[in-house]
Amino acid sequence: MKKEYQESVKKVIDRFPERKKEFLSGSSEKIERLYTPDDTQAIDFETEIGYPGLFPYTRGVQPTMYRGRFWTMRQYAGFGNAEESNRRYKYLLEQGQTGLSIAFDLCTQIGLDSDDPMSVGEVGKVGVAIDSLADMETLFDGIPLDKVSTSMTINAPAAILLAMYIAVAEKQGVSRKQLKGTIQNDILKEYMARGTYIFPPEPSMRLITNTFQYCSENIPGWNTISVSGYHIREAGSSAVQEIAFTIADGIAYIESAIKAGLDVNSFAPRISFFFNAHNDLFEEIAKFRAARKLWAYIMKERFGVKSPKSMKLRFHTQTGGSTLTAQQPDNNIVRVAIQTLAAVLGGTQSLHTNSRDEALSLPTEDSVRIALRTQQIVANESGVANTIDPLAGSYFVESLTKKMESEAKQYIKKIDEMGGMVHAIEMGYPQKQIQESSYNYQKQIEKGERIIVGVNKFTIEKEVPKDLLKIDEDVERGQLTKLAELKKNRNSNKVKESLEKIRETARSNKNMMPVFLEAVKNYITLGEICGVLREEFGEYTEG
Amino acid sequence: MSNKVRILIAKPGLDGHDRGAKFISRALRDAGYEVIYTGIRQTPEQIVAAAIQEDVDFLGLSILSGAHNVLFKKITDILNQKKIDDIILFAGGVIPEGDIPGLKSLGFKAIFTPGANSKEIVDFIENEYKNK
Repeated sequence: MKKEYQESVKKVIDRFPERKKEFLSGSSEKIERLYTPDDTQAIDFETEIGYPGLFPYTRGVQPTMYRGRFWTMRQYAGFGNAEESNRRYKYLLEQGQTGLSIAFDLCTQIGLDSDDPMSVGEVGKVGVAIDSLADMETLFDGIPLDKVSTSMTINAPAAILLAMYIAVAEKQGVSRKQLKGTIQNDILKEYMARGTYIFPPEPSMRLITNTFQYCSENIPGWNTISVSGYHIREAGSSAVQEIAFTIADGIAYIESAIKAGLDVNSFAPRISFFFNAHNDLFEEIAKFRAARKLWAYIMKERFGVKSPKSMKLRFHTQTGGSTLTAQQPDNNIVRVAIQTLAAVLGGTQSLHTNSRDEALSLPTEDSVRIALRTQQIVANESGVANTIDPLAGSYFVESLTKKMESEAKQYIKKIDEMGGMVHAIEMGYPQKQIQESSYNYQKQIEKGERIIVGVNKFTIEKEVPKDLLKIDEDVERGQLTKLAELKKNRNSNKVKESLEKIRETARSNKNMMPVFLEAVKNYITLGEICGVLREEFGEYTEG
Repeated sequence: MSNKVRILIAKPGLDGHDRGAKFISRALRDAGYEVIYTGIRQTPEQIVAAAIQEDVDFLGLSILSGAHNVLFKKITDILNQKKIDDIILFAGGVIPEGDIPGLKSLGFKAIFTPGANSKEIVDFIENEYKNK
């Protein structure tokens, strides 16, 4: 670095010390005082940065990005019962939301019916309760499935919920070719970070592979998995760990599908990703850019894919739930705005902005609207969507992108050495890494080394927020009545037959999707189907 | 503070987000207590059984799913049935302010919401243990 500058810095620091001895990013990476061309001279423009829409896609997956069309504004919503959630979806679509994102309650996510003893107290709480196709029909009543794209946060029973979605579309007269959407369907991060697993890894991976195959043959517009770093970050990982573990998960799914005999070129284009956006703006932007580059090189060099479609890392982003504070909840609007910028400057294809009151309860309609408006303001007023990847070439952003890429590579190498992500998880490796980061982060906050406005600095006497959304306990009762009636009115022979077929198929190595589809059409419940699979596959418990 | 104080941290219900539960378990261990963490997806029956078996002084519940009113009540019902009244209850998680009085009337001594500091929780435990 220029000697003159170093000397002048020294003089200044001698008189006025800097605010801190060491400056750290949101995930504790050391940040230098200044970045200069020295930091980027080893980065080759053509092979490492390049052009948007071209390999290695560091600058984005499309040649025009948001100049063509904004990202999909997709608020995650769902609560109570299917009727109520249906009303919220219609409201959000009227407000200009461009895609649906369905939140299911925990019972549904764990494959339990609302009348299961384990479901007590949970029905309809963090999402909508779906027991059978009847609920799904209500959920999408009056919403044309050929017009909207739907993202479903469902993992362990993803194949079954997808079958219900296909069945609803059929009833609406919408062909499979027209369906657009995403199922999260990412089980590895459940073992690692989120906990809504049902079956052990091996049969879980099979269900995912079955979905890849079925969709590549039947629903070409469907994203068959959303490999999710979001929850890894929420569990406390660093930004580098978020992309490293997510990409290692992606590698595991590809390897598992190849092992099952699928051609990587047939399913790779439908793999999508899901990341978190935290507050440290530049680190987050660099993270997205690094992730895209990493994936492109892995697909090309490791898996030898030919089509650019298979090399492009397309992702949805959600602003960081764990960054929101219960104290002074309105401050969260500002956090979400910064995180929105990070996602957009990082080139996201779709975005969910969290609502200000989410550290307290599910969001109210007002809070969701503010969160959606935040995206709309960034899109329409800020000007950041007018040019592609405007921070490319920034000494800081490029060197940070490079650094995160190489650190992530080291994690991926380590996981490869452990025999892949499934083994690494069984050995508890990523879990331990995440916990370590999480603990250190929280300690920094508690020691005041990291400022959280309204929590450990600039605090005020506790204000009691009003107007929180409350899920009526009647939802559970209503759902139980509906379910009991459904079970009473079904053809019990068909129920038996369908469940037997599921058992047989589970024991074979055939694709499960067709039997799921038949079963849901016969109004077999999610809990019944998963019950048989639990008997056949076993249940996973944390080691 | 004597390190004989035993604390069970438990996660009732179905949600798997246990970053907070894990953090507080470790922070309390660092503060010198004996801490047992149940892991996720525990039923009220399992939690009470663990509390009895581990002979704990404190039972801390962590929940984010909104099922606290129902599940916490089940836990206190079972404790009452078994006539156990010497375990000090506290909880943490995404719990709306409006629900706190109800939970306190069930016997919860303190409810910590997001942003709570582990020092507050340690202070709470020290005070309660002294007055036990």
